[in-house]
Amino acid sequence: MSTIYILWLRQIKRCLRSKSRIIGSLGQPILFLFALGFGFGPIFQRAGQGNYIQFLAPGIITMSVLFTSIFSGIEIIWDREFGFLKETLVAPVPRLEIVLGKTLGGATVAIFQGIIVFLISLLAGFKPVNPTGVFFAFLFMILTALLFTSLGTAIASLLDDMHGFQLIMNFLIMPLFFLSGAMFPLSGLPNTISKITSVNPLSYGVDGIRGNLTGLWHFGLTTDFMVLIIVTLILLSLGSYLFSKIQV
Amino acid sequence: MSNENIIQVKNLTKKFNGFVAVDNISFNIKKGEFFAFLGPNGAGKTTTIKILTTLLLPSNGEVNVNGFNPVTQQNEVRCSFGIVFQDQSLDDELTAYENMEYHGVLYKVPNPLRNKRIKELLEMVELWERRNDLIKKYSGGMKRRLEIARGLLHHPKIFFLDEPTLGLDPQTRNKIWEYLKNLNQKEQITLFFTTQYIEEAEKVSQKVAIIDHGKIIANGTPSQLKTQTKTNSLVEAFLKLTGHDIRLESANPLDHLKMHHLRRH
Repeated sequence: MSTIYILWLRQIKRCLRSKSRIIGSLGQPILFLFALGFGFGPIFQRAGQGNYIQFLAPGIITMSVLFTSIFSGIEIIWDREFGFLKETLVAPVPRLEIVLGKTLGGATVAIFQGIIVFLISLLAGFKPVNPTGVFFAFLFMILTALLFTSLGTAIASLLDDMHGFQLIMNFLIMPLFFLSGAMFPLSGLPNTISKITSVNPLSYGVDGIRGNLTGLWHFGLTTDFMVLIIVTLILLSLGSYLFSKIQV
Repeated sequence: MSNENIIQVKNLTKKFNGFVAVDNISFNIKKGEFFAFLGPNGAGKTTTIKILTTLLLPSNGEVNVNGFNPVTQQNEVRCSFGIVFQDQSLDDELTAYENMEYHGVLYKVPNPLRNKRIKELLEMVELWERRNDLIKKYSGGMKRRLEIARGLLHHPKIFFLDEPTLGLDPQTRNKIWEYLKNLNQKEQITLFFTTQYIEEAEKVSQKVAIIDHGKIIANGTPSQLKTQTKTNSLVEAFLKLTGHDIRLESANPLDHLKMHHLRRH
């Protein structure tokens, strides 16, 4: 327990100390929310889909959770680059506890980020349907954060250095985001795109958060919940396994 | 194994994609010994330490650390030693005290004792006054002293130091050897350090193993090595045994590259 706690605490301290990173990582969600929200708003309205900000905000909240969690997981590469990983690896603690501590720490930071973006979206005119929905959306935010921090950990355990980072950004994170229904409704899509979105775990995170906040569901609460839980457990096991194989 | 030997290495080999970094080496270290691993860059010193400390798996051979096998009994081995790595291994965004605390929690040093021990060690390395500074603000010498204090926090039986004085000024170097000599005498801790400074190995260690191109060429007390080579200093003995000067080799850019490559594995 204490191992998990100290690893978690380290992530939180590092996050709180780098204020420029917190502010920097808010830039993108704010830009997306305002530029897309108000830019596509009129077309969306004319197409009979209602208020676009109302549709988009949950997607952008999920996006900020996605980005922050994957980056937190990938921080292991930084630890490796700056030598600190060795200090953790030679310690007499089970590798699973290390991975759990890091995952919980990264996920907490991502949830924190999601909450800030949620508050900003209220300023942009977003209106959640009811307080219960906000609470359940928060739970889905936690699940989404855990899932993608585990994914980040798994990926970071396979990479020796930062060279593969660009690859991950362009071929994993961006597609995950664009093909998740964060920005457009998933119904009535061409068959191929529709198939891709339904195997993208982020789609279920977006749906769970949007459904609870606005009442607009695509897959439904139970499906979202089950998919997120199962994929999280799979990725967490995979991440722990890959992490335990690291040699430095 | 004999009770006396706290580290035993027999026919150890490590290959990286066909490149032999450590080539069939054998040596023993006695409990409480001050042992120097002397050799140029890329000789295989760091690779050997990484195998002894569970960070790398050997390709071949038998290794025993404090009665345990680093391949099959990793946790027991990890409890037995403290280590100062060649490259910095502190968290820059944490304070000195927080770095110590992180270590203490991972090694399960319980709390009243942990705080007391941290204070004691930070005072020993003269960093107690600076305990709440972020590591970012520390100089190279301060970082190294902190790493030494950290490695000792959990009372290890063996202390590994990989080039502990590399790149430090003479004053800091002297200070570090002072701490380590004291530790070795007072606490009977076994010290295993690597160095490319021959004078340091001669001055402080009881036993020296000379390693070059992955092979151990000679192993004994400094005076034994001098007698064996009929020379007056360890520097001359090294030259006679390896056929080259330790500095010449370390200045070779190809070796730097090779070492850099090795460190990435």
